[in-house]
Amino acid sequence: MTEELEQTTLIPQGPSDKEKKYDRQLRLWAASGQAALESANLLLINSGAGTVGIETLKNLVLPGIGKFTIADGAVVQDVDLGVNFFLDESCLGKSRAQCCTELLLELNPEVDGVWNSTVTDATSLQELLNAPETFTMIMYSHPLQPGMLEAIEAYGRQHRTPLIAIHSVGFYSYFRITLPGTFPTVDTHPDQTATTDLRLLSPWPELSEFANEMTKDIDNLDHHDHGHIPMVVILLYYLDIWKKEHGGAYPTSYGEKTEFRQLISKATRRDNPEGGEENFDEAFAAVMQHVTLPSVPSSLKQVFDYEHKDEQDSKSSFWIIAEALKQFYTENQRLPVAGGLPDMKAQSSVYIKLQNIYKDKARQDVNDVLSRVRKISGGENIDLEEVELFCKNARFVKLINNTGEAPPSMEQIIERELSNDEIAAIAGPEMPTSLIPIYLALSVPSQSSVASADEIVTAVCQKAPALEGNERLTQVAQELARAAGGELHNISAVTGGMVAQEVIKIITNQYVPIDNTCVFDGIESRCQVLRL
Amino acid sequence: MEVPRANQTHAGPVYKPRSGGRRISGPIRAVQDSGHVCHTSHRYFLLETETNGGGSGAGGLGCEILKNLAMSKFKDIHVIDMDTIDISNLNRQFLFRKSDVGKFKAEVAAKFVEQRVKGVKITAHNKRIQDFDDEFYKQFQLVICGLDSIEARRWINAMLVSIAEESEDPDGVKPLIDGGTEGFKGQARVIFPSFTSCIECQLDMHAPRAAVPLCTIASIPRQPEHCVEWAHVIAWEQEKPFPKLDKDDPEHVTWIYQKALKRAEEFNIPGITYSLTQGTIKNIIPAIASTNAIIAAACCNEAFKIATTTATCLGFENNYMMYSGNDSIYTYTFKHEKKEDCPVCGREARPLDVDPNMTLQDLLDSFAVRPEAQLKKPSIRAEGKTLYMQVPQSLEEQTRPNLNKSLKDLGLENGQEVVVTDPAFPLEFNFFFRFKAESS
Repeated sequence: MTEELEQTTLIPQGPSDKEKKYDRQLRLWAASGQAALESANLLLINSGAGTVGIETLKNLVLPGIGKFTIADGAVVQDVDLGVNFFLDESCLGKSRAQCCTELLLELNPEVDGVWNSTVTDATSLQELLNAPETFTMIMYSHPLQPGMLEAIEAYGRQHRTPLIAIHSVGFYSYFRITLPGTFPTVDTHPDQTATTDLRLLSPWPELSEFANEMTKDIDNLDHHDHGHIPMVVILLYYLDIWKKEHGGAYPTSYGEKTEFRQLISKATRRDNPEGGEENFDEAFAAVMQHVTLPSVPSSLKQVFDYEHKDEQDSKSSFWIIAEALKQFYTENQRLPVAGGLPDMKAQSSVYIKLQNIYKDKARQDVNDVLSRVRKISGGENIDLEEVELFCKNARFVKLINNTGEAPPSMEQIIERELSNDEIAAIAGPEMPTSLIPIYLALSVPSQSSVASADEIVTAVCQKAPALEGNERLTQVAQELARAAGGELHNISAVTGGMVAQEVIKIITNQYVPIDNTCVFDGIESRCQVLRL
Repeated sequence: MEVPRANQTHAGPVYKPRSGGRRISGPIRAVQDSGHVCHTSHRYFLLETETNGGGSGAGGLGCEILKNLAMSKFKDIHVIDMDTIDISNLNRQFLFRKSDVGKFKAEVAAKFVEQRVKGVKITAHNKRIQDFDDEFYKQFQLVICGLDSIEARRWINAMLVSIAEESEDPDGVKPLIDGGTEGFKGQARVIFPSFTSCIECQLDMHAPRAAVPLCTIASIPRQPEHCVEWAHVIAWEQEKPFPKLDKDDPEHVTWIYQKALKRAEEFNIPGITYSLTQGTIKNIIPAIASTNAIIAAACCNEAFKIATTTATCLGFENNYMMYSGNDSIYTYTFKHEKKEDCPVCGREARPLDVDPNMTLQDLLDSFAVRPEAQLKKPSIRAEGKTLYMQVPQSLEEQTRPNLNKSLKDLGLENGQEVVVTDPAFPLEFNFFFRFKAESS
């Protein structure tokens, strides 16, 4: 009776309304990512047919971006209603910036939005950019008026503001991100399966002791206990045996691992009621992936080898922790233990003990790195959590827009892409060809939005003579000519979705943004990312 | 039957349908629009989409699809969705407002788009897709799915394949465009029923998640999810704190959360939160506006290309586009091959590897977990012999004794053809037994 009473009077301590509304996205970027979004202030400089930028904003207003500004001097015409969902008949003759802002704001009462309808040329844009307000990021859609691009780029350099150029015409689009410097990401959200870090070939004393203790009488264990030895312990035990039989060497080659796997298979008991053992099956299946020497992935090597050109840059917490981690690695010849343990067949208490052995080791390593961080100038105030995340994700830390490496010239890129196409042609029709002709054709000076196919081809070939006579370029130019600068709603919606994803990745500093240009072909329904 | 083909050529007039171009199917009448540049207008286009079913993140696709179709000048659209609006939909399902919570999704979405876009007619059905028969689906030219479950996808796929196969002319082939998302990832695919690889052919790409063994949940939990499942399945059954579990009722979720928390404390398992509890029992898949925008528009772009023949659509060559935005942007657009032994669109019976000593019950249970079948309530018959039927009750009772008999004892032979049906699918699955060599 009393128990029943307790249950019915129980006050639900569920999530807040805001947590409920954002539940499906908080599961991706957590409260920290959400806070970053909510403090962001975006500027959209809208021009041309003007749909792709608005579709992008829609995907940012919904997840709760802090504030946006639409700068657009256009007045709503009939033609806008055919392609832009955030306008209706009552908008005809009014400012496009105003109408889109109002209809976008309906989507999320928590978002702040303003409009500016005076931006019609470089001078009026400059006025907007001179205002005291600073923007987290600027998006602009082509075609821009002359001089506008220069003003935007100057602002980006001065305020270290990321810029995104967007262009959508007919079945094609591209967008290009300009970041103010090298952009590191720690919280890259690697695939769960890739993060397992068991250190089977370099166990530390506590882990070895635990494994030895469990396996000292392994052959006399009853079926239940034998069937519940965690696969990590099984592997450590048989690796020891292997080592003794192979002059202290671990199985490293494919052949040796196959042979080692047989050892596990032979040790599996099959005379039990189940006719086999799940934990030994798990151990068998883990050999190829997890019996490996830990290595430093190339993305982390880039971080270790990075040479700072920008003094200011090197004082950020990322680079301070990176320096401490490098010291740790140089001294120990290994990376910090990540600390996670995948689920495996085991008794609850045994699993928890093993989990704690990994966690404790990870904690020790974090403390070691933290003490190094503290000794670096500027490292005094860095949070423990930041160091923890860096150590846990060390193998997946990534640099985008690495200014330490000079990017290839456009000429070299085109040459590389064309030679890849030749290989693709030999390989067969299923090999995708380069989308760089789309980027080049779309980049033909924006005034010529009504250019003929021949004019587009000529303009591209002037800049990129290597494309003379290129069949793909001719097709692309014909396609663009028939679009006559118009946007297709679906293509702008796909592109607006992709740009919004990138904006979220950059603002939250989670997941990995593109480096740096994405071209979309709506006829073949595929993308290509190029560093230009 | 003539094979319908999309127009393969590239260039053409400014996105206006060509009068002489070959069309995907007869009654698609593309009527030239007098209005906006770059747009075509179509009359008599009937579309079917489902905006959500709750719980798996497809919800946002429906809103996007409706917007995109209306903006692509499709004039006559039907939308099916039995679901009502939940507050957690508002971060992406942009046709709904807080004041709409509790109302029917299909109705609210249809009304919103009709008001915003001039000249579009949207008919809302607050029902399940399974509530309609083949006569209903035959009236459409194209079907777009933003469904949340593989079961619903398989159902509509089987329906459209059977309409295509029974039809005498190409009009019976209703292109099926399907989208799905999870976090920053998604896929869009185009199916020409009975001609190209169908959802059933591609079923192995959706292998069911390995379930946690019941013994782990009951006696040796190691993960917070194991504790939640224990509270959800075992503790709830024992204590029945409320007459019926409502996974959207915070009071019910809190009960499970606290039970799970207690159990986790007992076993020293860290990591139980309310959010994890809810995510585990509802099998919540993260969903965001931007990914829905990408996948829905990729789907509608294919619908637009099919309808207007302005460019090559996915379908006969490449038919499947995978998108991932986790690490940079990566798309993989490829051709998924049709399977000749596909139980839905194939023409051959499929082999079924079985042990002749297994009982009929074991065989039926195995249908649920075999990636190529995934049938939860199967009935089975062999030539001239009913082995087990779930319904009607009298037949079920009559055939129940067969469940404990082995295949051998039932007189079934190697190579025996069997027909399996399941209430979730409007078709029959044809298999033939391939006996495993006797082990002893």
